Amino acid sequence: MKILGSEITPYKTYLNRRKFIKGSLASAMLATVTSSALANHENDPSIYSKNLNENDKLNSYEEITTYNNFYEFGTHKKHPHLNSGNFKPRPWTIKIDGLVKKPQTFDLEKILSNVTIEDRVYRLRCVEAWSMVIPWQGFQLSELIKMAEPLSSAKYVQFVTVFRPEEMPGQQKRTIIWPYREGLRMDEAMNPLTILATGLYGHEMPNQNGAPIRLVVPWKYGFKSIKSIVEIRFLDTQPETSWETLAPWEYGFYANVNPNVNHPRWSQGTERRIGEFKRRETLMFNGYEEEVAHLYKDLDLTKFY
Amino acid sequence: MFSTRNFNRSKPVLFILILFPSLLWAYQFVTGNLGVNPIEKLMDELGLMALRLIIITLMITTLSNIKNLKSIVVLRRMIGLFAFYYVCLHFSTYIVLDHFLDMQFIIQDIIKRPFITFGFISFLFLIPLASTSTNNMIKRLGFKLWKKIHYLIYPVAILASMHFYVLVRADKTEPVIYMGIIILLLLHRIFKRLTRPHLVQ
Repeated sequence: MKILGSEITPYKTYLNRRKFIKGSLASAMLATVTSSALANHENDPSIYSKNLNENDKLNSYEEITTYNNFYEFGTHKKHPHLNSGNFKPRPWTIKIDGLVKKPQTFDLEKILSNVTIEDRVYRLRCVEAWSMVIPWQGFQLSELIKMAEPLSSAKYVQFVTVFRPEEMPGQQKRTIIWPYREGLRMDEAMNPLTILATGLYGHEMPNQNGAPIRLVVPWKYGFKSIKSIVEIRFLDTQPETSWETLAPWEYGFYANVNPNVNHPRWSQGTERRIGEFKRRETLMFNGYEEEVAHLYKDLDLTKFY
Repeated sequence: MFSTRNFNRSKPVLFILILFPSLLWAYQFVTGNLGVNPIEKLMDELGLMALRLIIITLMITTLSNIKNLKSIVVLRRMIGLFAFYYVCLHFSTYIVLDHFLDMQFIIQDIIKRPFITFGFISFLFLIPLASTSTNNMIKRLGFKLWKKIHYLIYPVAILASMHFYVLVRADKTEPVIYMGIIILLLLHRIFKRLTRPHLVQ
């Protein structure tokens, strides 16, 4: 399908795959793969498919990489695919600061050598009422948080996307206030479902999907899953997030997928799964209710949307 | 060069040019060449085309004030009807393809979501315009009444551009340009009215 990555294997991909072998047995919840299935991931989607819910079907690599919301590369769905060619995701560092034992900057390589890369097949539900099913490779955010050693006073985690207007043409226009920022409550960040993804379909993370490292929080609307992260900050107060700042009456901090809480622009009761003709019902917490509902038992979700 | 005759002669060509996109999109839709979210794409293209045609009809009226371009007004009806054609396709894509005739949902959607409300009212206002577009209707209604009805094109244009403006999430440049053009055209009309020499009774 795509020549990328399958013909030439850059060192990082190789590293990613080694990590992946290490981690494959540990992947608990949604996806487990045996090491024999590792070679040529991308040519054999069946290894992901078998971990799917019976109602879900994987979206194709093409669908996942040509239909994106990544305003850093432009506001149309096809822009990230068309305009991200000059983006250089290596070398990459992530700055850790705020309420931590010791602020520091990690090389991505160093992070990757300390974590276990595993497969996670997740539904992704966009606030615009479309959705996909994506086979990510990544590691639990909790692993990085442990490395970062936050202080006990840290209650929230803020994430910041890279700002490189020369490589990201969308940033040359002030459509939103750059750099893009997102945040999670500490318990959301520590939840085993929350991952930092470094690949999809066994490929290095494509630029348009948030290379080289992005957040994936599958029970929240897609805009929470911030891409191309360069900074992670630990805070004791709820951080400002980009969409909430731009239109607080439309986008909340929590942004949990919730068919019962309406959005002024889109009904959230149904969604169009990319590749399907008829809309389907949207599930509470995007179908991850069992894993995350307990986080919000004391929260009025119509108020904290 | 800009005679009524020449404008009338250009009509068949214009007809095909304006019709063509809808045929192309229909073809691309059926053959699966409208990208990974074809229903959304189809709806966006049809709506944008309709808005542009509405603006063009307003422009034609303004252009016809220029001495040598008076005759351009003979194109207005056809383009206006095409605008209605694209609005109908846009609306039926929303009803049939996007929501599969789930009328209960659609009615809720129209009431609850301001941008859909704007679009829907705009569509309703276009119906009397399209249905009174024949010479016969002008005669039956009388030019004065007919003209009054056709002032509806102003709220139609404003609502349609608001429909687009509210829909766009962040980069509002394109809808703002359309709104700007509409406002300029309206201002020109108001200015013309105010400066028109009053007839002494």
